[in-house]
Amino acid sequence: MNTSDLLVIGGGLVGASVALGAARSGLKVTVLDEDDVAFRASRGNFGLVWVQSKGFTLPDYARWSLASAQSWPELSAYLKERTGIDVELKQPGGLHLCLSQEEMDTRKERLQWLQDEVGPHYQFEMLDYDELRKRVPLVGPDVVGATYTPMDGHTNPLKLFRALYDAAGKEGVQFKTGCGTEDISYANGIFTVKAGGKVWQAPKLVLAAGLGNNKLAPKVGLYAPVEPNRGEVLISERLRPMLSYPTNFVRQTDEGTVQIGDSHEDVGFDDGTITSVLGGIAKRGIKCFPILANANLVRAWAALRVMSPDGYPIYQASESHPGAFVVTCHSGVTLAANHVMRIAPWIAGGAYPDAIREFKGDRFLNKNLVFTNGH
Amino acid sequence: MATNSLFRPLQGPSSTPARSVKIEFDGRALQVQEGVSVAAALLSAGVSRFRTSVVSETPRAPYCMMGVCFECLVEIDGQASRQSCLVQVRDGMKIQTQRGPRALTDGTEAGNE
Ligand SMILES: Cc1cc2nc3c(=O)[nH]c(=O)nc-3n(C[C@H](O)[C@H](O)[C@H](O)COP(=O)(O)OP(=O)(O)OC[C@H]3O[C@@H](n4cnc5c(N)ncnc54)[C@H](O)[C@@H]3O)c2cc1C
Ligand code: FES
Repeated sequence: MNTSDLLVIGGGLVGASVALGAARSGLKVTVLDEDDVAFRASRGNFGLVWVQSKGFTLPDYARWSLASAQSWPELSAYLKERTGIDVELKQPGGLHLCLSQEEMDTRKERLQWLQDEVGPHYQFEMLDYDELRKRVPLVGPDVVGATYTPMDGHTNPLKLFRALYDAAGKEGVQFKTGCGTEDISYANGIFTVKAGGKVWQAPKLVLAAGLGNNKLAPKVGLYAPVEPNRGEVLISERLRPMLSYPTNFVRQTDEGTVQIGDSHEDVGFDDGTITSVLGGIAKRGIKCFPILANANLVRAWAALRVMSPDGYPIYQASESHPGAFVVTCHSGVTLAANHVMRIAPWIAGGAYPDAIREFKGDRFLNKNLVFTNGH
Repeated sequence: MATNSLFRPLQGPSSTPARSVKIEFDGRALQVQEGVSVAAALLSAGVSRFRTSVVSETPRAPYCMMGVCFECLVEIDGQASRQSCLVQVRDGMKIQTQRGPRALTDGTEAGNE
């Protein structure tokens, strides 16, 4: 029998963040992760630490994203100090490029709404083409303009993932792979999990299994109806630094790679790539930055987003199975700082963060509401 | 640049010697076998450094010889980031070591095919 204080099911960015934070709060943590057949958004994402326009219709989500972006420098400094890994956090502000006047108008309306709701510290600028070109000379003539917000940035998501594992390991977290969880039972305040041919026990359990949460949550009285949404991205050869701001669609990494993305496709559990979709991504990339027509591409991939019906996170403690929690979200890079510093301490026994009260999975049980997600 | 190559062309069944072409590598004239890839030609001429890597700027040379690893990048006739294992040598080709990451230009690069 393997016992710990906390079992985390799922070893993606979310599970690793929660495990690290809980171990820092003093818990003995074991992470049970599936094997390489799993769908893993954490290994295929775009690396943005992004705030702008998140939370239109739900200002708590804008506040939550902003708080995480503001805590990110602390997370990155901690990871550097603890592991020696620089996760290449850069927060120069971010650009959302618009290819039509209509898109500019919609974004202005949304960002203004968010500023009114969140407060004057939620800053943004509307840049017309000339203004945009002054800051980003490589932008193409088909771009109408952009919205700029100073709180946006990006990181190297693979270095982040590695640093979280490394730091968590140093804090005593045990990672077990090949541990796809099929069964969870609960008796006398103890969760018993069967995974990887072994039995694991703990008084606390976090479901952080990404798309796997959908099936696991009902086993402990929780509800997490997340669905896959496919994103395909293109990866260029490494190039001399040429883009000084991340944008919603194109960014250049610390090592020179230009990442161009991404699509939003409802195709179920299929993470294959499609030439026509990749062609569309390339065309749009070239429209934004015509110089990219000369770049060599070295890779393309797809990964599945973990989408809730309204696109917002799900954080909830189980009432019927005290000690069980679900933690899942679409923007696991952006929210990593919150997961380490706010969600994990709550799970470890600290106070409930009032900021997350709108994010209970039970909201989706309300049959009178119709959900759409803006991602 | 070493001149003693570790590599020798295989002897084919025919006794007629392979024809050669003249190319230039970093300004130096080389006589190489016709019909082979730029990578094979340079290797058999004793070239051991093709580029410096992007992040750490350490020397690199061809590895897979089949278009997968991108270790063999050189500048060919003014165009950077060519995979030399996938390009056939041509008489008069001008090849240069590629140093660090490529700088993208606006599409008027010489030698664009
Ligand atoms: C194309 C794309 C671009 C993105 N861009 C960004 C971005 O720019 N910024 C941002 O913040 N976010 C971005 N995201 C989202 C981000 O990648 C995800 O929010 C994050 O990776 C989710 O992490 P996760 O740990 O919840 O899920 P996953 O990475 O999917 O990990 C879930 C883990 O759970 C395990 N698991 C599943 N079922 C079980 C089971 N039954 N038992 C045990 N283990 C199980 C799996 O093995 C897996 O390792 C992007 C996503 C995609 C697809
Ligand atoms: S040697 Fe590997 S791509 Fe040319």
